[in-house]
Amino acid sequence: MKIKIFYFARLKETLKFSSEDLELPDTELSLLKLKGLLAKRSEVWQKMLLGSLKVRGAINHVLVDDQALIVDGDEVAFFPPVTGG
Amino acid sequence: MKIAVQSEDFDLNFELARMRESRQGIGALVSFVGLVRDLNDGESVSQLTLEHYPGMTEKALQAIVADAASRWAVLDATVIHRVGSLQASEQIVLVAVASAHRDQAFKACEFIMDYLKTQAPFWKKELTASGERWLDDKDSDHDAQKCWQLP
Repeated sequence: MKIKIFYFARLKETLKFSSEDLELPDTELSLLKLKGLLAKRSEVWQKMLLGSLKVRGAINHVLVDDQALIVDGDEVAFFPPVTGG
Repeated sequence: MKIAVQSEDFDLNFELARMRESRQGIGALVSFVGLVRDLNDGESVSQLTLEHYPGMTEKALQAIVADAASRWAVLDATVIHRVGSLQASEQIVLVAVASAHRDQAFKACEFIMDYLKTQAPFWKKELTASGERWLDDKDSDHDAQKCWQLP
């Protein structure tokens, strides 16, 4: 499946990019599993997604928890807890 | 209902006048304006940068306003949130709710603000004398939002 991932705020600054297209062999994948896959890329990724700082996720513009399933064509986003208002 | 995410400033009086004339039956108009605080965690803040998630932000705000309208008798609502670089004491956000009576308008306005704080994808970065820092979410904001959750 093909998905698009966006990164915001502190995560975007850490990575120095804000989005990527990703092709995966799976037909569906939980958000937690996607985090695990990305965390294997390097220590920076590991620390950013599975470290002590909280990371929230969204699928197709809706806030979701770690068990939410991602399917082909989905837009995923990772970001710190929101601080607007 | 008006939902806007914009870099430009807004005019409170203009928005309230527009809502007042929007329909009949309005007896209460409650508004909240959030500002860039010049002092945060003991440090002087000279500038605030607001980032957001275009596409999701508008949907999240619409969902919050719809949720408020399903709980209280909201006749009209306006949410304007600014993004980009803001200076100390500038306006960040406006939430205004029109209703027949004040209790409905007060509650809906506070509800929208509490949910906006914890659900809408905005992130603040402060510039202080010691450099830039991303703000962390506050437990008190999560507690405020949880108070509204239905059993």
